[in-house]
Amino acid sequence: MTNTGFLAARLRRGDMTLTEKLWQMSWSLVFWICAIAAIGFFMLYSAANASLDPWTTRQAARFGLGLVMMLTIAMIDIRLVMRYAYVFYALVLVLLFFVEVRGVIGGGAQRWIDLGVINLQPSELMKVAVVLALARYFHSLSLEDTGQVRFLVLPLVIVALPVVLILRQPDLGTALMVVMGAGVLFFMAGVRLWKFITLIVATLAAIPIAWPMLAEYQQNRILTFINPERDPLGAGYHILQSKIALGSGGLFGKGFLQGTQSHLNFLPEQQTDFIFTMLAEEFGLVGGVGLIGLYVIVLIYGFAIALRCRHQFGRLVAIGVITTFFLYVFINVAMVMGLIPVVGVPLPLISYGGTALLTIMMCMGLLMSVYVHRDVQIGVRGGYDDG
Amino acid sequence: MIINRDNDRIRLFNRRAVVLGGGQALLISALVGRMYYLQVVEADRYRMLAEENRINLRLLPPPRGRVVDRFGVPLALNRQNFRVLVVSEQTRDLAATLDALADVIELSEYDRDRVQREVRRRRSFVPVTVRENLNWEDMARIQVNAPDLPGVIVDEGLARHYPQVQTAAHVLGYVSSVDEDDLTGDPLLQLPGFRIGKAGMEQKFDLALRGAGGNSQVEVNALGRVIRELERKEGEAGEDLVLTLDERLQRFAAERLGAESAASVVMDIHTGEVLLMASTPSFDPNAFNRGLTQREWNALSGDPRAPMTNKAISGQYSPGSTFKMIVALAALEQGAITPEQTVYCRGHTNLGSRRFHCWEKRGHGNMDMVQAIAQSCDVYFYEVARRIGVDRIAEMARRLGLGEATNVGLPGERPGLIPTEAWKRATRGEPWHQGETFNVGIGQGAVLTTPMQLAVMSARLATGLAVEPVLTRQIMAGKTMMKRPTTEFASLNINPAHLAVARRGMFEVLNGPRGTARASKLKVDGVQMSGKTGTTQVKRITMAQRDAGLPDKDEIPWNERTHALFVAYAPEDSPRYALSVIVEHGGGGSAVAAPIARDIMTEVLRLDPSRRPRRDEEQIATTDPGAPA
Repeated sequence: MTNTGFLAARLRRGDMTLTEKLWQMSWSLVFWICAIAAIGFFMLYSAANASLDPWTTRQAARFGLGLVMMLTIAMIDIRLVMRYAYVFYALVLVLLFFVEVRGVIGGGAQRWIDLGVINLQPSELMKVAVVLALARYFHSLSLEDTGQVRFLVLPLVIVALPVVLILRQPDLGTALMVVMGAGVLFFMAGVRLWKFITLIVATLAAIPIAWPMLAEYQQNRILTFINPERDPLGAGYHILQSKIALGSGGLFGKGFLQGTQSHLNFLPEQQTDFIFTMLAEEFGLVGGVGLIGLYVIVLIYGFAIALRCRHQFGRLVAIGVITTFFLYVFINVAMVMGLIPVVGVPLPLISYGGTALLTIMMCMGLLMSVYVHRDVQIGVRGGYDDG
Repeated sequence: MIINRDNDRIRLFNRRAVVLGGGQALLISALVGRMYYLQVVEADRYRMLAEENRINLRLLPPPRGRVVDRFGVPLALNRQNFRVLVVSEQTRDLAATLDALADVIELSEYDRDRVQREVRRRRSFVPVTVRENLNWEDMARIQVNAPDLPGVIVDEGLARHYPQVQTAAHVLGYVSSVDEDDLTGDPLLQLPGFRIGKAGMEQKFDLALRGAGGNSQVEVNALGRVIRELERKEGEAGEDLVLTLDERLQRFAAERLGAESAASVVMDIHTGEVLLMASTPSFDPNAFNRGLTQREWNALSGDPRAPMTNKAISGQYSPGSTFKMIVALAALEQGAITPEQTVYCRGHTNLGSRRFHCWEKRGHGNMDMVQAIAQSCDVYFYEVARRIGVDRIAEMARRLGLGEATNVGLPGERPGLIPTEAWKRATRGEPWHQGETFNVGIGQGAVLTTPMQLAVMSARLATGLAVEPVLTRQIMAGKTMMKRPTTEFASLNINPAHLAVARRGMFEVLNGPRGTARASKLKVDGVQMSGKTGTTQVKRITMAQRDAGLPDKDEIPWNERTHALFVAYAPEDSPRYALSVIVEHGGGGSAVAAPIARDIMTEVLRLDPSRRPRRDEEQIATTDPGAPA
C-alpha cells in the first residue's frame, strides 16, 4: 500500500492527525479570502477619509480572529458538526426568540445581543444554522423519501420558525436570504421541481388573499420595499446617489481615495452596505468586475468542494454555505446598482461589521471542513462508519 | 443497494449543481452587465450628475441696512462675526461632539441646551449655530482640532451691532433669530443664524433693512465644508434707515435720567421730528442678537422698572396738572369763563358730602386763569371742569393729540385714555358722576396719556397746529423705503387769544414769581422756556393720612410714590422744541421732573444747529461739496 493509499483509507475513516488535516486544507481558498478581506481594509481606509481609524484597524483585528475561528472550524470533524447541527439550530432559535421578546419589551426592533466584544445578531447565525439543520435532515433521507410530501413537513417547519421570527423584527432581507438558502437546499436534496413550481404559484395566488389581512403600516413597508420611489428622501435618495457615484466612476475610476461622491458624504453608510459603490467609484468598472471576479473564484471553490465531497451532508453544507455567500454578494451588489430594492445586506468580507464577518468566516470554515473531511464516511443516521 | 441509491443522489446533485451554478453565473453576468451599463454607457450622464452633486448652491445673506441718527451717526450696523455651527447629521453623537468642542472653546450650559433644542426642531442636515462672535484664536483652535470635531463648521458672517448700546434701544428694537411663525417663504429666513427685526424700528422696517439674498456656487467636501467658490452672485444689501433722533441727545438724556424709571420725548415743533425718545432703564439690544439666557430674560421681564418697555409710547400715565391747559382751553372756547374771572381757592371745595382738596392746603386765594396754571391751583380747575362737563374736556384733549396713538411709527404704541360719559356707560355700564369730572379736571381719574402724546400736546399748544410726530426720514413703500414727503400741519382752529392765555400760564410756571417750577428756569441767554408741572397720585390718599400730614417721600414704598411729570416748549417767543418728561414714582413734578426738563432743553438748545456761531455753518458748507450753493 502506498503512502497516499494509506492516507486515503485514513481519510475515509476520518482519523487524521491535526498536521494531516492542516496538510489537507485548501490554502489557496484561504489566500483568496484574505485577498478579498485586504481589499476591504483598503476600502474602509478610504471610507474613513484616508484614516485607519475607526474602521480599518478594528475590522482587521476582527478578521484576524475570524481567520483563527475559520481554521478551527475547518479542523473539527464534520461528523461532530453533523451531530450537533440540530442543537446549534435550536440554540440560535432560542437566541432569536430571546431578542424578539426583548425587542418587544424594549419597545422597538432589537436584533442583537450585546456580548461585549461583539453585538451578536442571531438572525445572521440562523443563515448557517438552517443550512446545517437541513443538510443533516436530508442526509438521512433517501431520494425516494425526499420525493414524498410527508417527509418535507419537518424541514419546512425548520425553515418557517426562524423566518417568522425574523420577519417580526422586521428584517425582510435576512428572512428572504434564509428562505432562498433553504430553497436551494431543498432543490439540491432532490425535491421535485413541480413542487417548487406549485409552491411559487400558490404563494402568488395567496397574495390577493393575504394582502387585506395586513395592517396598513405593513402594507406600506412592503410597498416601499418594492418601490423605493415612494420614499424619495429615504431609500430612493440613497439609490440615486449610489448610482451617481458608481456611474461617475467610469471605466477606470477616479483613483484610490479620490471618490468625490462617497467622500462628499452623499452616500449613506459608505463603510457598510454601500461600500461597493465606493470601490466602483474609485476603481471603476475594472475594479468592480475585479472584485466580483474574486468572489466568483470563491464560488467556484465552493461548487468544486461540493462536487468533490463523498457524503451528502458535506455536499449539502458546502452548497448551502456557498449559496449563502452568493446571496450576500448578489443582493448587496444588485442593491447598490438599483437592480433590486434596498435591503440591508453587507458585502461579504468587505463591509464593516462584526456579525456578518463572523457568519461568513463560519461559512468558509464549514466549507473547508467539508473539504478536509471530503472522503469521510458518514452513516445515514450520522454514525461514524455504518455507511 | 444503498450505494446505488446514493449514486442516484450524487447524479441528481451534480446535475442540479450545474443548474444552480449556471443560474448564479447568469445573475452575476447580470451584475457585470449592469455595471457596464452604468459605468460605460451611462458614464457621462452620471459624471454630470456627480458634478452637480459636488457643487452646492448656497444662499448669501445680504448685509442688513444700517440705522443712523439725523446726523449720520450709526446706531445699528454690522460687524464681522465668526461663528461655529454644527450639523447634527454629520456628528456621530451630538453630545460627544459638543463635549469635544467645549474642550476647544468656551461653551456654556445654556448654549448646549439651546443647540440640542434647535437640533430637535430642525431637519438633521440644517446647520445650527453653536456660538457666535468668536475671536481669531477660537477660530484657529477649532480649525486645528477639526478632525476630532465631525459635523462642526466655522464660518464668517455679519452680525448686528449696536455701538451706542442702551441709549436708543427702545427705538431701534433688536434683531433675533427667526421663529416658526416668522417664516414667510423668503429663503433667507431659513438660513441658520439669520436674524430679523423683532422690535422697534428693526421690526417696523425689517423688509427694507433686510435686503435680498445672493447666492454662491461652492464645492463642498465630506463635512460640508466649503473647499472653494466657483461662482458668486451678490445679493442686495438692505437699505439704510435715517432716524430723526440725535444720538448725542439720546446719550445725554439716558445719563440725566440715570437709574430712574423714566421717559422723555423732545420734538422739533416745525417738522414733528422726534429728536429724543428716551426710556429708562434700558436694555442692551446686542444681547438679543446673541440670544438671551433664561436668567437674563427673567431679570429683564421681571424687573418692576420694566426695562423692556418703551415708556415713551407704551407707558400710560395720568397727566395730572399738565392736563390743566386742556381744561382751560376747553372752558375758554366754550365761553364758560373769561381769563380774568377769578375763582376763590380756600384749599378745598365740596361736592355734596365729598371734599376735593387743592395741593396747597392753605389755599391759593383768588385765582385767574394764568395764575391758576402758573400755581397749578386744583380748586380753580375743579370749578372750571364742573362748568363745562367731561365731554367738552375730552373733545379738547383729542384735538391736542391725547386719547389716541400718535402713529409715530413704532410698534407697541398705546393710545392712552380720555374718558367721556359715553365711554363710561359703554365700558362700565354706569352713569358718569360729577366727582369724576372733578378728577378729570386736574388730569387724574381715568385719564391716561403717554409721554409721546404729552410732547405732541406741548407742540400743539405752542403752535396751534396739528403737529404730528415722526421718527424717520423715510417711510416704507412695500419692501423699499421712500423719502418722507414734507407735510404742512393743519390748524387746530383754536382761538389764538385763548391759546395765548394758556401759553402765558405756562410761561409763568417757570418765569413768574409764584410759578411752581420757577426754580427750574432756563439759564440760557435770551431763551425762555414755558412749561407745566404735574404730580400724579398712584395710590389714593386717605383722609387720615391727609390729617396726619403727608409723609416724607422716603418713607413711602417706591411703587406707591407719585409720578413726576413736566411738559414744556422753548424758546418761549418762537417755539422750536417741545418736550415731555415723566419720572415714575419720582415724587413731585416741580422738584424732580422740571429740573430734568430744564437740563435736557438746555442740551437741546446747545446742540441746535441754528444757534451755533455763523462760522461753524460756513465750515460745514465748505467741507461738504455735495451741499447746494
